[in-house]
Amino acid sequence: MNARTFGAVTLVPGAASGPILRLDEPLSFWGGLDSTTGTIIDRLHPQWGARVAGRVLMMPGGRGSSSGSATLSEALRLGNGPAAILMLERDAIVVVGAMVAVELYELACPVALADRRDWETLAAAASLALEAGPNGAAISADL
Amino acid sequence: MALDLSPLDRELLGGAHGAGAAFAMRLLVRFADAVDARSFLDIEAAHVDGCLYHGRASLDFAERMIDLGGKVRVPTTLNVGSVDLIHPELFRGTKEHAENGARLMRAHIELGCAPTFTCAPYQTLWRPRFGAQIAWGESNAIAFANSVIGARTNRYGDFIDLCCAMTGRAPAYGLHLTENRAARAVVEIVSIPEDWDKERLAVAVGHTIGRRCGALVPAIVGLPSGMSEDDLKALGAAAASSGAVALFHAVGRTPEAPDLETACAGLTPELRLEVTAEDLREAARSLSNLNDGAPLGAVSLGTPHFSIDQFSRLLPLLDGARPVVEIFINCSRVTLEEIRKRGWEDALTAARVTLVVDTCVYVSALMQPGVSAVMTNSGKCAYYAPGNLGVGIAYGSLAECVASARAGKVVRL
Repeated sequence: MNARTFGAVTLVPGAASGPILRLDEPLSFWGGLDSTTGTIIDRLHPQWGARVAGRVLMMPGGRGSSSGSATLSEALRLGNGPAAILMLERDAIVVVGAMVAVELYELACPVALADRRDWETLAAAASLALEAGPNGAAISADL
Repeated sequence: MALDLSPLDRELLGGAHGAGAAFAMRLLVRFADAVDARSFLDIEAAHVDGCLYHGRASLDFAERMIDLGGKVRVPTTLNVGSVDLIHPELFRGTKEHAENGARLMRAHIELGCAPTFTCAPYQTLWRPRFGAQIAWGESNAIAFANSVIGARTNRYGDFIDLCCAMTGRAPAYGLHLTENRAARAVVEIVSIPEDWDKERLAVAVGHTIGRRCGALVPAIVGLPSGMSEDDLKALGAAAASSGAVALFHAVGRTPEAPDLETACAGLTPELRLEVTAEDLREAARSLSNLNDGAPLGAVSLGTPHFSIDQFSRLLPLLDGARPVVEIFINCSRVTLEEIRKRGWEDALTAARVTLVVDTCVYVSALMQPGVSAVMTNSGKCAYYAPGNLGVGIAYGSLAECVASARAGKVVRL
């Protein structure tokens, strides 16, 4: 095993780790994620049927309905949300859903913006650990 | 980069306008930081999407705001809720869901929001003006306000739209700023299926730009003249379902796109797409997973909410044999009043139409439990209904939907 660390930009602070779930296309949590099971239910999504619970979710961007934030907060409240989220594009809907889970329930799901050049390397890791602080984020990968 | 707070922002944060506004401003500051905004701007109005019940978290948030004594600071409309408060008997979900859904809707009224409960607030008296800075939730409404009206909003999701309403402030970023409103993708419609009406064309074009333009603002060239507001509403709703489109320019039709050069603000597009009649047919086909002739349990119209013009187009189609399956039509309270005023309700009821207000069939439990196949004229409903309701779906034109309701199976004209 070869541990490597990558820089990232903090969108929602916190620390978490877990196995990766990589999404090949953006996902709308609303209509796309069942908060009661943590399963992807968008039939047109390539990762349809996959469970996000406890995973470090690698999603390039957000998509679709503006009702995604509450679905993410609710999935996190029920323990069915991702451990952390890595993105390539800032997405306000994802950020708000994660922030509200912190404000209402003190449940942290850190969100960070990864560097596009690191994406394929990160996706090749079995698991990732994210530490997102106020001055920047670090992603550790076992490669 | 540090966030530049105005004196008003500091007052809001410090609690001078109440604890609810302070909580909302605290969240907005963290949000602004996450989206890399440098300051806030005043908004004229808000449209709040958070009154649809997604579980305990949405209710906990609204009730936290009430506990803190919060009230909205700008005129605020409400998107659909989970239940039809005018026809509560239509709801077939659990008692807990019905109670919590209604409680969430009433909580937003208590916070000072207007009980519009519609996803088409732009077709009411609350329609914003050209150039207005607003904070809107609901993806189809966002697309319409930006594109068709030329008002300015980002894609505000649950919670943050309410925070903007409670403070009258929104982060100055994205589509609030002129420089981000230029088209970065040019989509040229090179041919159109000859037998299509404009609404079907709108849905297929919307579905296509949503899937293919990513986060780029598209300028659409080659749409026929005479696209109505309802057609553009269908286009935006489809594009905001299959993709993240918050603003599109229909060249020669929408206010910021008198011509292609103006729409692009002199910038070279990052993406150029040519869309043919065959691409459009394939886009429309991909919205159906039921075969032609498949038996139907119901037809659903009005996603986004049906306008009075759409009802006037529908009524002549309903003349004739009584449909075999029920036709649900979602509309706003105001449209329902107008229908009654015009004396149309009896004709609709006689044609097996169930009018649904305050909510929408595809987000609520309104259909008979046995219904497993539905037909719709909406790209958005076709996109989401299979996941939300667990039903098979057929997409078709308004006329095909009526003919199919009459036959009880998917009919193509």
